[in-house]
Amino acid sequence: MSARSEGARARDSLPVVWIRRVGAMSLFFAQVMARLIPAFGKPGLIVRQIYNAGARSLVIVMLSGLFVGMVLGLLGFDTLQRFGSEDSLGVLAALGMLKVLGPVLTALLFAGRAGTSLTSEIGLMKSTEQLTAMQMMAVDPLRHVVAPRFLGGVIAMPLLAATFSVIGLFGAQLIGVQQMGVDVGAFWSQTQEAVDLRDVTEGIVKSLVFGVACSLIAVYEGYQSEPTPEGVGLATTRTVVTSSVMVLLLNYLLTAAFLVKN
Amino acid sequence: MNSNQPTDSQAGDAVIEVRDAHYSVGGRKIFDGLNITARRGRITAFMGPSGTGKTTLLRLITGQVVAESGSVKVWGDEVSRMSSQELFALRRRMGMLFQNGALLTDEDVYENVAFPLRAHTRLPESLVRQLVLTKLHAVGLRGAARLTPAELSGGMARRVALARAIVMDPDILIYDEPFVGLDPISMGVICRLIKQMNEALGITSIVVSHDVQELSSIAHDSFLLSGGKVVASGTPEELSRSALPEVKQFMGGLDDGPVPFHYPAPDYAADLLGESP
Repeated sequence: MSARSEGARARDSLPVVWIRRVGAMSLFFAQVMARLIPAFGKPGLIVRQIYNAGARSLVIVMLSGLFVGMVLGLLGFDTLQRFGSEDSLGVLAALGMLKVLGPVLTALLFAGRAGTSLTSEIGLMKSTEQLTAMQMMAVDPLRHVVAPRFLGGVIAMPLLAATFSVIGLFGAQLIGVQQMGVDVGAFWSQTQEAVDLRDVTEGIVKSLVFGVACSLIAVYEGYQSEPTPEGVGLATTRTVVTSSVMVLLLNYLLTAAFLVKN
Repeated sequence: MNSNQPTDSQAGDAVIEVRDAHYSVGGRKIFDGLNITARRGRITAFMGPSGTGKTTLLRLITGQVVAESGSVKVWGDEVSRMSSQELFALRRRMGMLFQNGALLTDEDVYENVAFPLRAHTRLPESLVRQLVLTKLHAVGLRGAARLTPAELSGGMARRVALARAIVMDPDILIYDEPFVGLDPISMGVICRLIKQMNEALGITSIVVSHDVQELSSIAHDSFLLSGGKVVASGTPEELSRSALPEVKQFMGGLDDGPVPFHYPAPDYAADLLGESP
């Protein structure tokens, strides 16, 4: 790349920088997608990445889900009892967890825990010439390093979101039923009656979309990072910021889309 | 004739040919009409002060970067015109030893050496094991097969990387600064291994380094790079007898000469007495 083009790029305005970044990310996404099926040829690599992104995030996701559910139980009970409908606490907690809190908060936790790990791992592999060494061994790093990590994140994210929602519902029940005295039968029967497959589907679709977005951003930032300690650090920060904003934006768009559809 | 000079039967055709290559990064010229040739079965050394583009030359040869003009040919094929698949096919016939080893940090020594075999072949595990242990034995690290890269010293990591580089039996072996940061014992081991690989396996070896002593003991041909060009070439003995100032400074390790000790700066006194920058 010439000095002039580098200089010209440095002078680009923020919208131009973002448009270029979205374009580069789209191309990168297409390249990764083209390597997904070949990546299944080495299932061991994918399983390892599901473990790294999923199992290693499990504790933080379960703990967070429990606490969020407990807060939901407390605030939900306090609000609903003003209208004499505290028996609907289960419905409130289940719908809140399944449709919004589960997918969104899990995605934010995922971006902070697994996303940063993916970015820094790939960035460090780049700065220590491991990716170049692979290319020199005629091995495509996009297929061998990026695609399995991307797939691992996409598969792990809905599982983590489901775990978050289930534990959160348990937390709400713990506070509502055990501490506030809501009838356990009413809690679960109303939940069973009010929550249908569309609500579950909404949660699954959202968590899948968030999984794709967070994993793509994480592997992209790692792969494109400057091969220096500062570059890897900046890339890791960009992963968290971009993923978080993207999750909240996508959540609004998906919520609106599901409302229109239903 | 150099004692390292191979016999006529060993000295074959040109494997790598770079002709009038130009390449620049960020407006700074790295190569300005570079010409080099590496012949089959020989150890060819590219020497030069830091920043003269020795590693960039390797990147040109392996197709990681493309010259702005001129020609870079490997086995007669123009590298810049190769498709990704052709480039990967070319690289399967090459092995490369990186400055820091570039071992995969999430795999142990055994898996690092087995990596190219698993990526490119469907050999049974028993055969993979035999090949990996054979190569590790050749570099003296069969006993370290289950260590992780973090548990290896710099010299050991370099040797594991060498085992990995030769596991596919390449025709060309490229060494990027193989002696950097090594103690004298490790340096001697790497030197011996480079020579051994060349003599026992007939591999064409390209060594990029600025360690004159070590290179002189193993290289058949040497090229001294400076200012984006080859300023001298020949056997290490011929280079050490050269009267060219660039060659004398580099071979003699002189701190001043064509490569100045001081980076270009304004007048010293004016700088000291002037305003702070």
